[in-house]
Amino acid sequence: MKASTDKRTKTFVYHGTILVLGFFMIYPVLWLIASSFKDHSEIFVNAHSLVPKRLHFGNYIEGWRGFGRISFATFFKNSFIIVILSTIGQVMSSAVVAYGFSRIKFKGRKFWFVCMIATLMLPAQVLIIPQYILFNKLGWLNSFKPLIVPSYFGMPFFIFMIMQFIQGIPTELDQSAKIDGCGKYRIFFVIILPLIIPALITSAIFSFYWKWEDFLGPLLYLQKTKLYPISLALKMFSDPAAVTNWGAMFAMSVLSLVPVFSIFVIFQKYLVEGISTSGLKG
Amino acid sequence: MQTAQTVIKTKVKSGLQKATFESDNIAGYIFIAPWLLGFFIFTIFPILSSFALSFTKYDILSAPVFVGLQNYKEIFLTDERFWKALTVTFFYVIVYVPLRLSFALAVAMLFRVNRRGVSVYRTIFYIPSIIGGSVAVAVMWRQLFGVDGALNSILKFLGIIDKGFGWLGNPGTAIWTLILLAVWQFGSPMLIFLAGLKQIPASLYEAASIDGANKWQQFIKVTIPSLTPIIFFNLIMQTINGFMAFTQCYIITEGGPFDSTLFYAVYLFEKSFKFYAMGYGSALAWILLVIIAVFTGIVFKSSSYWVYYESKEKW
Repeated sequence: MKASTDKRTKTFVYHGTILVLGFFMIYPVLWLIASSFKDHSEIFVNAHSLVPKRLHFGNYIEGWRGFGRISFATFFKNSFIIVILSTIGQVMSSAVVAYGFSRIKFKGRKFWFVCMIATLMLPAQVLIIPQYILFNKLGWLNSFKPLIVPSYFGMPFFIFMIMQFIQGIPTELDQSAKIDGCGKYRIFFVIILPLIIPALITSAIFSFYWKWEDFLGPLLYLQKTKLYPISLALKMFSDPAAVTNWGAMFAMSVLSLVPVFSIFVIFQKYLVEGISTSGLKG
Repeated sequence: MQTAQTVIKTKVKSGLQKATFESDNIAGYIFIAPWLLGFFIFTIFPILSSFALSFTKYDILSAPVFVGLQNYKEIFLTDERFWKALTVTFFYVIVYVPLRLSFALAVAMLFRVNRRGVSVYRTIFYIPSIIGGSVAVAVMWRQLFGVDGALNSILKFLGIIDKGFGWLGNPGTAIWTLILLAVWQFGSPMLIFLAGLKQIPASLYEAASIDGANKWQQFIKVTIPSLTPIIFFNLIMQTINGFMAFTQCYIITEGGPFDSTLFYAVYLFEKSFKFYAMGYGSALAWILLVIIAVFTGIVFKSSSYWVYYESKEKW
């Protein structure tokens, strides 16, 4: 009898602790969503409340109009163009490179692999000035090219993750295909590629997230308002000097997180597995 | 005759070509070509040119002028904001990395056993990690801690304060809002720890408990050592990320007030792209590179003392 009450108290304490902690974790997000539905007059009165007195959709309508006569439709479109094109590039090129590193024993393989791993630890700040100069010389400023083109040259983080996945595929598969007269290129496309789809999906999700939230890149390379992706637009929209319409800003912030949440809900499994197996992400 | 020869020649040639394209050396380089090209164009070339630029004055409009070690001299001897940025960044990294990893481990311990509700909880604790780097969250954070923000509103409601406090406008508190934001995103290391915890063989715990170890001793003597490879890796990656932190600081505090949150990356950006002192900025970048290299080197060297690898090396 006593043992069972003990157990019950323990369970209660366990769930109680987690729920309280969880509330603190999720409060800012709920608060953001609640604030986006609050009337102007309500936002700063009882600012902490999570329940708007009345659902007010005006913030979304006002916010969508954007600024500088450019609506958020344009900013979303820009973001999607950049993110989708670079995600395709990163995933495809990384898969090809990962196969090369993990299945083909060529001269210099170890050396180049170490070089690649080293770049994982390279601070991006060391590269941005010369990259900026390079893209400037190429006349790529104020275009999406500096944000998209480098994605087609593989990304070490994804290459490493896909490599680990390929190493889990038995080499007997390659060998029997080879005996059947399959070359290295066909083995990649016909045998390996279909098997690494889960790793490619995980890579695609991360790539989407990082590109979607990327702020420094657009800040450096895009000066024209009509080229802004959502991250840069939000920053400009929320400049304390320029805007006082907080409700509209909250509304657009919420909208900017909708794609991120949707992907999370749909692909949660891949995401969790990807992080757990690679052990790399910060 | 001639045509026959050419046919044979082309046949031989194509046969050779086929053989070479299939050979390990050629095929290997064809497959890694995208990365290799990118490595030279977007990494090696920029690294070398930023090293060269660090010895020049360069404003992008006119040609670079060689000035020798002057940039470095100026940075180390007279640039007070450089030292400020370095101090702030070190403080930020030293506080947030251990805090984030401890939270991650503590919460992972709670979710170690599969109970009812655990997968839902795990999702809730992970959500901040997926949105934490976004501009939307940065903007939100600014409002949470603003004078009219939610935190002050709660404190007023509880009767702790009666006038809004400027958390972001006060040099003593501004950095802590950024640290809190970083710690809030402990979800990724939490998932990594969870995966690691599940791989610790139960036999280790059994052996420990037979030897009379209590739960805490088991945690210290079994759990922590088994997780050291994961802790090691995260320590390195998180520290590097900490040194590069930019977006959240740039949006929430813009380095202020009075440079109390001047992150290194923000200072570097300001110098290079607001004042177009690209030579100076390159020198700053190289100093950062050396700091990170030294730090990584120390952690790697020290790893043989505290990181326990199982017999099978992962790489």
